[in-house]
Amino acid sequence: MPKDHGIGASSKRREDIRFLTGEGNYTDDINVNGQAYVYFLRSDVAHGTLNGVDTSAADSMPGVVRIFTGADFEAVGSIPCGWQVTDKHGEVMQEPRHPVLAHGKVRHVGEPIAAVVAETLEQARDAAEAIVLDISELPAVINMKDAVKAGAPKVHDDLTSNLCYDWGFVEENKGAVDQAFKDAAHVTTLELVNNRLVANPMEPRVAVGDYSRGTGDHTLFTTSQNPHVIRLLMGAFVLGIPEHKLRVVAPDVGGGFGTKIFHYQEEAFVTFAAKACNRAVKWTSSRSEAFMSDAHGRDHVTKIELALDKDNNFTALRTDTYANMGAYLSTFAPSVPTWLHGTLMAGNYKTPLIYVNVKAVFTNTVPVDAYRGAGRPEATYQLERLVDKAAHELKVDPIKLRRQNFITQFPYATPVAVEYDTGNYVATMDKLEEMADIAGFKKRREASEAKGKLRGFGVNCYIEACGIAPSNLVGQLGARAGLFESCTVRVNATGGLVVMTGSHSHGQGHETSFAQVVADMIGIPEDMVEIVHGDTANTPMGMGTYGSRSLAVGGSAMVRATEKIIAKAKKIASHLLEASEGDVELKDGAFTVAGTDKSVAWGDVTLAAYVPHNYPLEEIEPGLEETAFYDPSNFTYPSGAYACEVELDPETGQVTIERFSAADDFGNIVNPMIVTGQVHGGLAQGIGQALLENCAYDSDGQLLSASYMDYAMPRASDLPFYDVDHSCQTPCTHNPLGVKGCGEAGAIGSPPAVVNAVLDAMRSGGSKVDHVDMPVSPHRVWEAMQG
Amino acid sequence: MIEVKMTVNGKAASGNVEGRTLLVQFLRENLNLTGTHVGCDTSQCGACVVHVNGEAVKSCTMLAVEANGAEVATIEGQAAPDGTLNTIQQAFQDHHGLQCGFCTPGMVMSAAALLKDNPKPTEADVRHYLDGNICRCTGYHNIVKAIMAASGQDVGTIAAE
Repeated sequence: MPKDHGIGASSKRREDIRFLTGEGNYTDDINVNGQAYVYFLRSDVAHGTLNGVDTSAADSMPGVVRIFTGADFEAVGSIPCGWQVTDKHGEVMQEPRHPVLAHGKVRHVGEPIAAVVAETLEQARDAAEAIVLDISELPAVINMKDAVKAGAPKVHDDLTSNLCYDWGFVEENKGAVDQAFKDAAHVTTLELVNNRLVANPMEPRVAVGDYSRGTGDHTLFTTSQNPHVIRLLMGAFVLGIPEHKLRVVAPDVGGGFGTKIFHYQEEAFVTFAAKACNRAVKWTSSRSEAFMSDAHGRDHVTKIELALDKDNNFTALRTDTYANMGAYLSTFAPSVPTWLHGTLMAGNYKTPLIYVNVKAVFTNTVPVDAYRGAGRPEATYQLERLVDKAAHELKVDPIKLRRQNFITQFPYATPVAVEYDTGNYVATMDKLEEMADIAGFKKRREASEAKGKLRGFGVNCYIEACGIAPSNLVGQLGARAGLFESCTVRVNATGGLVVMTGSHSHGQGHETSFAQVVADMIGIPEDMVEIVHGDTANTPMGMGTYGSRSLAVGGSAMVRATEKIIAKAKKIASHLLEASEGDVELKDGAFTVAGTDKSVAWGDVTLAAYVPHNYPLEEIEPGLEETAFYDPSNFTYPSGAYACEVELDPETGQVTIERFSAADDFGNIVNPMIVTGQVHGGLAQGIGQALLENCAYDSDGQLLSASYMDYAMPRASDLPFYDVDHSCQTPCTHNPLGVKGCGEAGAIGSPPAVVNAVLDAMRSGGSKVDHVDMPVSPHRVWEAMQG
Repeated sequence: MIEVKMTVNGKAASGNVEGRTLLVQFLRENLNLTGTHVGCDTSQCGACVVHVNGEAVKSCTMLAVEANGAEVATIEGQAAPDGTLNTIQQAFQDHHGLQCGFCTPGMVMSAAALLKDNPKPTEADVRHYLDGNICRCTGYHNIVKAIMAASGQDVGTIAAE
């Protein structure tokens, strides 16, 4: 019987009520009395010298409060980068200054140049049209390989080149890896592109800055996945506001997928301008602005090689990747192609020797940073495409080749610096084979062929590193932040709990699932537990939500804080029961004395904590409120196996997804309904990357896909019902809940299965093609099939 | 400025707007009905779908003055006065048809319009009808399932949870 409450139950989401009735409180729903509006005038050229910004005509336009330009921000800090990568020569990466408003040069289409603050948004926009920009256009660098050629135009004149870093991992292994390739019985090589994407949460970014001259307090309402991180980055590094005078609030946030992790110029601008104008300033991004100002994702160009022995065992892996940073370093950008990518190159396989090279490159494009999966989808895609290509070349079954090379002993130390604690790749593959009905594929292919269509089947495995991250480890790797999580649990006198978490929910349903955990631990109804998040004024310093870390790290902090609560409550209960503390047990919301019928209810204990008349005041303080900070000792390693079945129209190249099966191992699960929903969403984004989505620039740096007319967001009719299973569970060994994280798996695990299936379909029609780059659009498929 | 008057969720509403003011701006800014959302600027995403005289309309594509005299229904008027969710809203909660909630008001309003015209839609009907509503969170699986369930169809055979 499935549970109906607590850990393991598919409790319905409490947050749904407000979202379904229009009662959500998103940042754009927040209006501060007397607020003004800002419109950003953005660069329409990719690269140029900014000779001047003439605001004289605009300054006197109706409603204009003040117009700001780069000169107004000379005294403030650069938008900071949170990660410093050290290259293969031991040198730190090149790190350019990132101004709030462009000064001296513009470096990508969409870079803000001037900001008009006015009484209404329309007046701000009208005045912006009267600003005259004097820009001398310069040649733009868009293609990464062109950007690192000698003599290429430099994005940043004060850097030595457009190469941010040249990273080798593990550099000491390079010689042994090269030797293994010389000794190999077979080498498979693949060159591929991991296409640039735009995260596109449905809620565009919004920022409202407010300031009180009376108190000197700043408030920023912003669409963020991590309000404390924004407070620290913006306060300490950009504007010089101490944290105790700056409150950052991220209320209901309409999706993030990584792109709302980062600290953006617009947040710093509205905070700065609110003080300068002595009134609140609001910015709401249009979707068009979002396309050219939200950090983009992926954009790798890779050559990958696999060495195998005569028995088809993997003996070595070697990769060479160019990773696009865009024009500036976004908050976590340098970590994505390195520590979130290179460390995952072992995948599910016991390849003993691995070498990863990554060249991070500046180009005149929007900055690129983490997008759902962040580095792990790029690793998975190249590895799982390569293994499939090897199977095809060697004429062996792709599933058999994978199984033969699976890691089967845990813990397993990879040659790329991480240790997988648990996993069972055989079990997820067994489950997948059952779900995908491989035996029935032949008949389904025949049915497709009878209609003049082709049918293909593709699989892949994936491993990811979640629960980010052990602070001491990431500190050694260049992180300029700790990656712990925090929680304060406040028990009220009448027994209800307020759980204040440093994690942030923007669609994940924490208000429901976190409450399930605490309610389960105490044995009380879930509705006695309220989850509070998203406001630095009422939550402990937390690092926020990304990298599938909320339950694994934030949930662990919550468990630790709740354990402290229970320990203290037990002391109070033992006093009330006149029993030894060791004999007192908490079960189903009551404290009992073992072997007796003596009992005291949860609510009586909590009341005693705040009305301490009969209370051990000489031993413990009154009240019942505890805080815990949790720093993980390792990453978590969710894994799984995915299968995709496609139908392809050889006349048009049109591909449709006919079946998609996903067998995941997320360790223990708190709310299966929510976990399944997370996988669904990830699958849609992964299938979207594989079939539809592409962020395209022309050679001058003009963004060609800057609206939903041009950027192919997956629609309901593009996608199937998915078959999702998470019954294979190898609990994480190092966090208290045994959870691994599920938010990114679908996006990480699905693109290679789709492309492998499309290639299988093409080959079944006689095509000799061995690779097509994503998105596998009808045009690309049709063209490849013409030979 | 132009005065507009309309009935919104059964109540008389009026305000002064510019000629260029969109219906969605009027609803959000003049009437403080912030349940209707804006997710794009090209009439693609459908987060702003409301009903105007019983028809589903993207309120970012209609000027407030065009809705003068109209009957407008928004997400705020869908639940019963005591807060009880309507059939579609309840199906969305039961089948986990929403995550971040931003596209949800438009999805619910589109679903209502679909089921009015097509009380027992097939999966293909639902997916086709939702082409003008983009969701980035759910992968649509549970939205399609919720709408089919709201139409009284058995969705038990559709994959788990």
